[in-house]
Amino acid sequence: MENRNSMFSSLRSQLAKQETSCLQITRGCLDKIDKGAPMNAFIAVQAERALRQAQQVDEKIRRNKAGRLAGMVVAIKDNLAVSGESTTCGSKMLKNFVPPYQATVIDRLLAEDAVLIGKTNMDEYAMGSSTENSAFGPVRNPHDLTRVAGGSSGGSAAAVAAGMCTAALGSDTGGSIRQPAAFCGVVGLKPTYGRVSRYGLIAYASSLDQIGPFGRDVYDCALLLEVIAGKDPRDATSSDTAVPPFHTAVGQPVKGLRIGIPREYAGDGLQPEIEQALRRAAERLADSGAEVCSVSLPHSEYAIAAYYVIATAEASSNLARYDGAHYGFAANQRSDLEEMYVHTRTQGFGSEVKRRIMLGTYVLSSGYYDAYYRKALQARTVIKSDFITALDQVDCLLTPTTPTTAFKLGEKIDDPLTMYLSDIFTVSVNLAGLPAISFPFGRDENNLPIGLQMIGRPFDESTILRTAGLLSEL
Amino acid sequence: MGAFEPVIGLEVHIHLSTESKIFCGCSTRFGAPANTQVCPVCLGLPGSLPVLNRRAVTFAARLALATHSVIRPVSTFARKNYFYPDLPKGYQISQFEEPFCEKGYLDIKLKNGAKKRVRIHRIHLEEDAGKSMHAESYVSGDETLVDINRCGVPLLEIVSEPDLSSAEEAYAYLAQIRQIVRYLDICDGNMEEGSLRCDANISVRPVGSTALGIKTEVKNMNSFQNVQDAIDFEIRRQLRLTEQGQAVEQITLLWDAHRGVAEPMRSKEYSHDYRYFPEPDLPPIQISEAWIAEIAREMPEMADEKTRRYVEEYQLPLYDAQVLTEDREIAVYFEETIRTAKDKKLASNWIMGEVMRALKEKKGRLADLPVTPDRLGELLNLISQNVLNQTTAKKVFDRMLKTGIAAGQIMKEQGLEQISDQSELESLVQAVLAERPKEVAAFHQGNTKVFGFLVGEVMKASSGKANPKITQEALRRLLQARQPD
Ligand SMILES: [Zn+2]
Repeated sequence: MENRNSMFSSLRSQLAKQETSCLQITRGCLDKIDKGAPMNAFIAVQAERALRQAQQVDEKIRRNKAGRLAGMVVAIKDNLAVSGESTTCGSKMLKNFVPPYQATVIDRLLAEDAVLIGKTNMDEYAMGSSTENSAFGPVRNPHDLTRVAGGSSGGSAAAVAAGMCTAALGSDTGGSIRQPAAFCGVVGLKPTYGRVSRYGLIAYASSLDQIGPFGRDVYDCALLLEVIAGKDPRDATSSDTAVPPFHTAVGQPVKGLRIGIPREYAGDGLQPEIEQALRRAAERLADSGAEVCSVSLPHSEYAIAAYYVIATAEASSNLARYDGAHYGFAANQRSDLEEMYVHTRTQGFGSEVKRRIMLGTYVLSSGYYDAYYRKALQARTVIKSDFITALDQVDCLLTPTTPTTAFKLGEKIDDPLTMYLSDIFTVSVNLAGLPAISFPFGRDENNLPIGLQMIGRPFDESTILRTAGLLSEL
Repeated sequence: MGAFEPVIGLEVHIHLSTESKIFCGCSTRFGAPANTQVCPVCLGLPGSLPVLNRRAVTFAARLALATHSVIRPVSTFARKNYFYPDLPKGYQISQFEEPFCEKGYLDIKLKNGAKKRVRIHRIHLEEDAGKSMHAESYVSGDETLVDINRCGVPLLEIVSEPDLSSAEEAYAYLAQIRQIVRYLDICDGNMEEGSLRCDANISVRPVGSTALGIKTEVKNMNSFQNVQDAIDFEIRRQLRLTEQGQAVEQITLLWDAHRGVAEPMRSKEYSHDYRYFPEPDLPPIQISEAWIAEIAREMPEMADEKTRRYVEEYQLPLYDAQVLTEDREIAVYFEETIRTAKDKKLASNWIMGEVMRALKEKKGRLADLPVTPDRLGELLNLISQNVLNQTTAKKVFDRMLKTGIAAGQIMKEQGLEQISDQSELESLVQAVLAERPKEVAAFHQGNTKVFGFLVGEVMKASSGKANPKITQEALRRLLQARQPD
């Protein structure tokens, strides 16, 4: 059945009537990738594989045996393992790493006949907010090539925005899907922690990482989520909570819903046009019969600090395996063990990754653990309970996704703290493990997209898809 | 200066004998070619995730119950971070702040017959690391090769309180742990293959004091003998230092079994800050009352219970029961033997005697003994039925040990069957009586002692195959027949 909110839904009708073909759509995407080369959205394009796969999908369409994603061309963030294809994680360390296994989400996409077009550029090991930390060069924003696409999933966001693919997968540890979605004017969803299997996602911070979809519209994200979600025996942290048909939530009326706007999210650094957009969105919701009210998340100010302690602590451990002994980059200097480790890791990692490994090592060290790591866990607990309390009163929360629209390349790269603050509205959601979606809502005076965020209760992606579906507009 | 006493605590690691590893489906079999039992998870490839093997949890719970430990309803995994090539993730998944169980104890038996209670501080689950090979024949001079097969094999670490006060007690404690884990069928307890490992924490203090001295840690003890020797060595070293008024340094020592000395490791090799923190890839282990009850129901019969049952049910002497249950393999062998053998005391005698002697001579394991319990049972029944006497039965048993074939067949091959045929025996007796008129006369005059001599003569004439009971009956009858009126 065609959904009037979905471009993909109408495309499916055309495919069924054979007015277009999966091959044609795939060729169109490859063409856009060629033309958009300066954006540097992809680390690897698998043109041949994609075309072959598209033909197979067309054959299935003819035989009426096509899966739910037939006709969808999907780009994959390069920290997701695709069997037999290089998976670099944006790092020199894994430049030539070809996994002999595949992420569960990739299995699930392929089972529903998505065409995989290539691997997208990203901040090295997903550490960054601008995709300037990639070993393969920065991604440029399709709306303004002098600006960043956001990060760390900048390549996925830019590729969707530039029509290089129908949709994409990214990963979100502190905003890495939602912030680039906002900067590039597309929809990006971070599911509830445990909703999507992390098997095959190269870990940055395991207790925060979630894989999620990017789409041109909310419907595409809902459909993709539906396919990739659900319990996976290979990920012990994946949840067996039932997966509802998310795409049916898009287009449902919002009448009667209670939507809260956190007071703490309207601070000084907020760009005026974003504040105006937030107000306009609230009015639109009220006009549609939702009840909008103000709520409080009193411990929001601790979120960035807690996030950078917890995420870097986990990262320092997750990235210990890149030691030159087993796979990936290995330095030539290896006359003894220590020399091998030091040179491999010094040369293989970029500076932001090294900064975070050092920070994480420090906060876990004996004598500092209680002052930093344990404190951060305590902060995480109160931040989470703030959300639970707020979400007892309302069905979901509306906030800006970012304090500003896309900034210039190089603008913040030498100032990590300022860079970290661009995640101020997104990180607490990861700490609380909640689902959140960023959707475009108008533009600023430079004609750059503005993104707003809807945060939901645990495993209630349906409600945020429903409300975002009403508001989303570029 | 007053007397000093040693204070010893042991950290024992046991390999759990689960089919698959603790966090992946790879086999745990010992001795496979290097790096053939590996997968993305135990290789620590990026993006792979651990999934807990429930069987390992069941095994841990068995040991917890057998050591009277308190099982936490919720325990958590933690990462122990350090760099080493045989640790592919750069961290070991272990337990730290919330171990599987705590506050248990074991009663150990000392040589003088006394019992001593040793408290167990904690038992936790963890994964083993791989193996680095430096000095094997196929490793060139400056190379180190890594075998990941052992990586991810489930381990339990059993940490005792410092309740042991001699190398002998440490030995007894370790032997008790080995007996328990074998009875629980959770570990083969083989120190030489590394499935049972032991580190010791040792300090000395003035007798009567309750404070603990500076302790050292002794590692690399690869046999029961090593444990006793190394601990003795370190106690003597510390006593010597203390007597000379020197301080004991807090160090880690490696036992060198060839040279019989424990030498300090370079401080760099052990001064790790492991930066433990909760493992985010694994949810906590939740173990319900119902699950514990189920495991308790399925607990195997332990040595003490078996001993009691052998005495009560089989009417074996306490001594027999204790010897047979010392080693679970022997006890199982005994129980399987008496499924066939009718005489339980005879089975006990034979297992404590011939079977154990054979094991000692062969230095082998019971499982490899060519005489299976049912074959032994058959042999013993032949004795009970007077088909074989003890002497010939031992000959048959020796032959069974060499060939593994059944007693009946050996007897046929070697013509070892007892002569129980009435007429055959009677003619043998008649021949002897005919040759010995003097002894016959003496018997008839009331000298009953010659009866034994005459039995012996019949046995001799039959090359030992005459059934003694029937022989005696026939002899008595035929002597009576010759009685002069
Ligand atoms: Zn494995």
